[in-house]
Amino acid sequence: MTDRSQIAARAAQMRVRFEAAGAQVVDPPLLQPAGTLLDLYGEDIRARAYVTSDALRGEQMMRPDFTVPVVQMHMSEGAEPARYTYAGEVFRRQEHDPDRSNEYVQVGYELFERDDPADADAEVFSLFALQLRGLPLRAATGDIGILMAAVDGLRTTEKRKSALRRHVWRPRRFRALLDRYSGRSQIPEARQKLLTSAGDLTGSAVQIGKRSAAEIRERIELLRSDAAEPPISETEIHALETLMAVRETVPFAIEQLRDVAVDLPSINPALDRLEARIAALKARGVDVENLDFEASYGRTSMEYYDGFVFGFYAESRPDLPPIASGGRYDALTRQLGDGAEIPAVGGVIRPDLILELEESRS
Amino acid sequence: MTLKLGVPSKGRLMEKTFDWFAKRGITLSRTGSDREYAGRVDGVDGVDLVLLSAGEIPRELAAGRIHLGVTGTDLVHDKLPRWEQQVEEIAPLGFGHADLILAVPNCWIDVDSLDDLDAVAAAFRTRHGFRLRIATKYHRLVREFLTDAGVADYQLVDSQGATEGTVKNETAEMVADITSTGETLRANHLKLLSDGLVLKSQATLWRSRVASTDNADKAILRDLLAKLQ
Repeated sequence: MTDRSQIAARAAQMRVRFEAAGAQVVDPPLLQPAGTLLDLYGEDIRARAYVTSDALRGEQMMRPDFTVPVVQMHMSEGAEPARYTYAGEVFRRQEHDPDRSNEYVQVGYELFERDDPADADAEVFSLFALQLRGLPLRAATGDIGILMAAVDGLRTTEKRKSALRRHVWRPRRFRALLDRYSGRSQIPEARQKLLTSAGDLTGSAVQIGKRSAAEIRERIELLRSDAAEPPISETEIHALETLMAVRETVPFAIEQLRDVAVDLPSINPALDRLEARIAALKARGVDVENLDFEASYGRTSMEYYDGFVFGFYAESRPDLPPIASGGRYDALTRQLGDGAEIPAVGGVIRPDLILELEESRS
Repeated sequence: MTLKLGVPSKGRLMEKTFDWFAKRGITLSRTGSDREYAGRVDGVDGVDLVLLSAGEIPRELAAGRIHLGVTGTDLVHDKLPRWEQQVEEIAPLGFGHADLILAVPNCWIDVDSLDDLDAVAAAFRTRHGFRLRIATKYHRLVREFLTDAGVADYQLVDSQGATEGTVKNETAEMVADITSTGETLRANHLKLLSDGLVLKSQATLWRSRVASTDNADKAILRDLLAKLQ
């Protein structure tokens, strides 16, 4: 078993390499105010982070990741462009799998940069690839931005699109919404009744709680006007499904995605950005011909990535979580920026897993 | 050595547990004064009765401090992560039926399913600036159920009693609570979500997988289980 001092030494080594790439060292506090994280992730974060509290500051969380505090720090005092690196423990509650650590070290690199997002993506990815050189890892890449652009371009109402966007990271609910909006799923009986009954429905029930009668009426109006909307066309649904299933090496993936764009032309700008990123990766020496691309990659993890996403996996050890992972999180800077925003991309490596891999190889 | 059997220390749950064992030739009884939590077991040798709060029985089973215990499925599932590995279900006892359900105000005539709930939660957050509050004491079960269903933009607020009253008092928008007949819900102007059944629960006899047992204990256990069949 690798001990903590070995892990710390390897983490320090990796952080020095990120410093050499121009990053400034940051060291956010272990205890984070719970409110920010709850607002971002909702109640789900309680299943993943340790919550503690005191009478003065209220609920605090043991740092479940570095990205949120680093973004907050940058948004309040950072200069542009900025590169940050850090190494330290994060804490994750484990309720199902006793083999997963509840405390481990992350070494990270975050880049805040406006001018050339394609090159920023490539810089981050290639720095991680360099740190991991020589290890038997498979790199997976994806781009949540393409799916978002596809949703934006659907020929349907803004309400439906925003419901779909809200659930991009919850594939099951996303699927259920698509089935409903395309008319594939039956309208439940209770809904049907609500839509067809005439007049005021709120009559008999006692009005209790903070959700007002006006809010209820408003939603019924909304449901009725939505029911009058035509379904999303089979062509678009089919194109969206084809898009989500794309899983190929980069050159073939681009070919398939351009085919999809015939029916969903709104994804073309996102595909141009993908191609610019690929060119930037190639310029930095990444073997893009054999790089994997999955259009649905990064949708199931509870994260904030909304563009480029990547992960490095140990092929001989499918039981391990990704050795490194990261992506672009422009929207997060907007949410935490209090009106400000800046394109940002970054990632983390787990030195403990690297040591474990090296040990099992020797 | 003796086997320790944990049983709820008061109320109907205790009485019905005593009845259930009595029908199988084992007499459980409290000893001493009404207020003293001590008891005895007749009809089988080597078993000690431990009277405990039903809510503590899962923890005591998981810690191996009692070998057998009677408590609700809901409590075992909520309090013990990976409960299958810590306790084994010996027999459902056929009483103490209660379902953990999600309920919303009757006046929410636009809400019937989790689908509706999710949409309403999003709109509520936009309108009121905070996440829709669900009052419950079953945090883990409810959170896992809602995560699995893909419902977002809600928050759980802790309520250890009179949960159905929280909506009228405006400390929560809806509740997740145990119900057996639904009467309390109706009285408080609440209704069930059609697909909001989180868990069906009843009083159940459990065996701890971690309590230490020697050969004599194992013989006692075999003897006891044979009687309970």
